[in-house]
Amino acid sequence: MQQFLDTTLGGLVLGAVYAAFALALCLIWRSTRIVNFAQAAMAMVTTYIALSLINVDVPYWVAFLAAIAAGFMLGALVERLIIRPVEGKADLNAVILTLGLFMVLHGLTALVFGVQHRGFPAPVSTSAIEVGDTSIGITPFGVLTIVIVAVVMAGLVVLFRFTDLGLRMRASAFNGEVSRLLGVRVGRMLTLGWALAAAVGAVAGLLIAGGDLVNPAFMDPFVIYGFIAAVLGGLDSPIGSVIGGLILGLSLSYVTGYVGEHLAPLVALGILMLVLLVRPSGLFAAAAARRV
Amino acid sequence: MERLRSLAGPVRSVPLVRHLLVALIAFLVVVAIIGSSSQYLQTRYAEMAFFAIAAGGLTLLTGLSGQLSLGHGALMAVGAYAATLVLERTGGETLADVFLALLVAIAVCAVVGVIVGVPAARLHGPYIAGATLTLAVAVPRLANQWDFLGGEQGLQVPVPRAAELPVWIQDLVWFFTAAEIDQYSFLAYLGWGLLVLAFVALANLSRSRVGRRWRAVRDDDVSAELAGIHLGRARVVAFTVSAMCAGLAGGLMAMNVRLTAPGAFTITLSLTLLAAVVLGGLGSLTGALIGAGVLAFLPHFATDLGESVGLSATQAAEVTPVVYGLVLMLVILLAPAGIVGSLRTFLARSSLGSTKEKTT
Repeated sequence: MQQFLDTTLGGLVLGAVYAAFALALCLIWRSTRIVNFAQAAMAMVTTYIALSLINVDVPYWVAFLAAIAAGFMLGALVERLIIRPVEGKADLNAVILTLGLFMVLHGLTALVFGVQHRGFPAPVSTSAIEVGDTSIGITPFGVLTIVIVAVVMAGLVVLFRFTDLGLRMRASAFNGEVSRLLGVRVGRMLTLGWALAAAVGAVAGLLIAGGDLVNPAFMDPFVIYGFIAAVLGGLDSPIGSVIGGLILGLSLSYVTGYVGEHLAPLVALGILMLVLLVRPSGLFAAAAARRV
Repeated sequence: MERLRSLAGPVRSVPLVRHLLVALIAFLVVVAIIGSSSQYLQTRYAEMAFFAIAAGGLTLLTGLSGQLSLGHGALMAVGAYAATLVLERTGGETLADVFLALLVAIAVCAVVGVIVGVPAARLHGPYIAGATLTLAVAVPRLANQWDFLGGEQGLQVPVPRAAELPVWIQDLVWFFTAAEIDQYSFLAYLGWGLLVLAFVALANLSRSRVGRRWRAVRDDDVSAELAGIHLGRARVVAFTVSAMCAGLAGGLMAMNVRLTAPGAFTITLSLTLLAAVVLGGLGSLTGALIGAGVLAFLPHFATDLGESVGLSATQAAEVTPVVYGLVLMLVILLAPAGIVGSLRTFLARSSLGSTKEKTT
């Protein structure tokens, strides 16, 4: 029972991070119909930016915000300079392009910061919380992770549901041509979508790194786990990505806890294939049939 | 003379005869080059051969049937482990052991290719990319799960010593190159021999009815289906053929590296193969060969360059992936047809220009 509880709590924390990551992919998919395979590498870069700031004695939360700002700018730059030329072209091109970006960011980070593991601090304790005499499988940092992801989600919901800007962004994603006729600056909205997504990705990167070791490859599993979580939710639905993230986090945590750590990616592949073959539009999408 | 001309007819018009002839000539040239090269170059050539086989399979899959695979690194891992396990059992002393190991690698990968290809045939674009990328991460990790796969340290690969090769091969090599065959040149000859065979098979396949079906499926799946082509079957066949190439490449890679360990089959390997075929031009075997040449020679060049500008050895090793990534991005942004495709367009344009001049 104890182990089950610990595994579940661990899975929830992991799931929250996957959810944030899936949310970032979903934001980009909604605005430009592109899956950004470079998302994890971009988040890794911003995490290193935060780490360099912390190493010169900048307070944790200032570095946290700086990394988010850096992510925002990186996302905007990537969309403007690299993605814009292939928007609306064959989807193979965008996929290859973002994979190329993944390799470049990966290599450049390794060149600048080296490949060795470095410790990344956490703002709160990372040892398990104790209830009475027994310690339960969640740390104060784990709780903070869930809270931060929830805040980010709430912020996005407010942005998209209740603000004029959010409405314009949704309109550009839904039908660029018509939005343009109605006076929406669609290009800017797409850039903003990428920037927001990269900022959310940056948050996810910081949460994964907290209290752990980072090296240029530390985000690599999230290339696939974020993608799978987003596909679980249908790529189109932000709420779906969050639930997809939680489902994936819990499943992988159970597999790691009970079966074997090295089987986790294979199980993830199984989940992905099952969803794509049985419910291609995701578990929560209201959309009609879509080609996958 | 008359007889010669009647012989030249089938040579030019029957693809199989033409491909075999080109292949034979190419192989003899390559043997001569390998025979007179240094040990360092022979190792690079052997490396180029297995990269080219894998890239050839991938370029056929992506360029002809239009399916992207980022899982070819994983398929190479499957081939490498299959070949290694066979060589461990048989001892890997003779040429027969080597071929048995490679055949098993191809067969195992064919099975895996069908298993992966069936669901993959229903996916497109980012979905197939994500699924095959997951495969690339998941498969090498399995080596850590089961003990007989050797865990993180990997398995040693026994390779036959040159002295134990059949005498006729030693004599033949001596005859053509005036050099003794040794471990390194043996692997280079083996790799290039198989590369030539594989490319003849792939070139014929792409010119045959099967290849035409793949192109039809790639260009317009609805019309292809209306024309009576079974979409799923065509895609699964393409994936399986491609997986078999990756398996053969993986087996050769194991013999070259002499160690099969999960660390060799990272996401980067899959992306590197993609960079090779995108650079050469999707769908072009010549392009795959050029791309493989880059894969074999660039890392050492880039690392040397990095070290010469004052980077440490581990940092200099990271120059290569940056170059591959830049290649992927620049080719897609500037010349989506790759080297061979762009050259073809250029030549077509310039010959069009010259005919125009003649007519006016």
